[in-house]
Amino acid sequence: MTPQEIFDVLKIKFGEAIIEIRPDVLQPWIRVAPQSVKDISFFLRDETVLQFDYLSCLSGMDYNNGTLGVVYHLASMVHKHKIILKTICTKENPHVHSAAAVWGTANWHEREAFDLFGIVFDEHPDLRRILLPEDWEGHPLRKDYQVQEFYHGMKVPY
Amino acid sequence: MGLLDQRFENGNIFITSFDNLMNWARLSSLWQMQFGLACCAIEMMAASASDFDIMRFGVLPRATPRQTDVMFVAGTVTLKMAQRIKRLYDQMPEPRYVLSMGSCANCGGPYWEHGYHVLKGVDRVIPVDVYVPGCPPRPEALLEGIMKLQEKIRRETLVKKKSA
Amino acid sequence: MLTEFGKILIFLIIGGVFVGLGLFAAWTLRPHRPYPEKNSTYECGEEPVGSSWIRLNVRFYVIALIFLIFDVEVVFLFPWALAFRGFGIFGLLEMVVFLVVLLVGYAYVWVKGDLDWDKPQPVAPKLNRTLTSEIKTERPSTVEV
Repeated sequence: MTPQEIFDVLKIKFGEAIIEIRPDVLQPWIRVAPQSVKDISFFLRDETVLQFDYLSCLSGMDYNNGTLGVVYHLASMVHKHKIILKTICTKENPHVHSAAAVWGTANWHEREAFDLFGIVFDEHPDLRRILLPEDWEGHPLRKDYQVQEFYHGMKVPY
Repeated sequence: MGLLDQRFENGNIFITSFDNLMNWARLSSLWQMQFGLACCAIEMMAASASDFDIMRFGVLPRATPRQTDVMFVAGTVTLKMAQRIKRLYDQMPEPRYVLSMGSCANCGGPYWEHGYHVLKGVDRVIPVDVYVPGCPPRPEALLEGIMKLQEKIRRETLVKKKSA
Repeated sequence: MLTEFGKILIFLIIGGVFVGLGLFAAWTLRPHRPYPEKNSTYECGEEPVGSSWIRLNVRFYVIALIFLIFDVEVVFLFPWALAFRGFGIFGLLEMVVFLVVLLVGYAYVWVKGDLDWDKPQPVAPKLNRTLTSEIKTERPSTVEV
């Protein structure tokens, strides 16, 4: 299925939650509302004509205008088509529903997005830092992150 | 404190011959705690392999700090790892030496500017004896680093160090 | 003059002195600077948590115990085997009775299952999400395409 067809199928089912599509770029993407990510994920995986059973990547984003986002790279082993899903949420309310119940890969990818961006994934089974130490302060990959001076007595900057 | 270790005020012929013997024994069998963290670990493995062979220098890899003399810190040291390195260095019995291998362990390497999580040089947590520069250093460079460490050990003595 | 056992005693003493001298020399020469971090338990660099005593499977102990019993039996067999010629048929029958008693014990241990090496069975983990392989492919679509 082409990305436009996938967008049409999603639009029929979910209506207003599907916001826009960019089909003309190298990797076409569909933008959805953050609250509806749970239902859309289950639909994308379980629906017969779509069957996106492989989440290749889940990344966090900081768009530098006060918003954070999550990007899902999905592929279907059955139908051999791919799509990218994007959601955008604000820095004041960085909540996106977790996709860990849908795709197992999402578990650790969401932990990484939480660790480095501070995006909180609701109903995630085990949301804690994965790369940085447990007592690290701040989310380093945000654009407004300041490197801290000392960590446990060790000077951090050069 | 050992019974004779650093108890003598000035040396004599017995002390120097004894020093030579002990230093020769220590430098000929430097058991290393392999601490390969990143890409420098590959070069450390290459140095341990057949073409360059650090084992002919007596350097034997051990996994536990309790049985080692020297720790080769090979690779990028993150802040999370630095706490463990400090603890492992503390658990090594004396006489112990540290060889810092590669640019990341010497001074933070290519991550010196933007690495928010990299320790800029392992000498910020433990005392280093020999620095081996390179990114990564060739196995021959590591061998020269080991030889420099051996020269340093050769100069050690039982005579008490005079505080100036 | 010294008996044969006396010579073994001299041998043992010299061996002990040799080892002791080496250890003593090392004790005088090595540095000894203990501090609390150095004496802490090694746990790959982490703070040590939990007790250092672990539970092992009982099959190790059972095998060692059975080995010990039959090893003692073999120890009794050796001197008998060396002095076998002088005993005649009586000696042979006596040893056969001894062996039969122990064979009964061996058969009991075998039948009871103490010689079996039970490996622990792996347990597959339980996941609380539907796997993608459990989704049926042949299903009517819920959306009009």
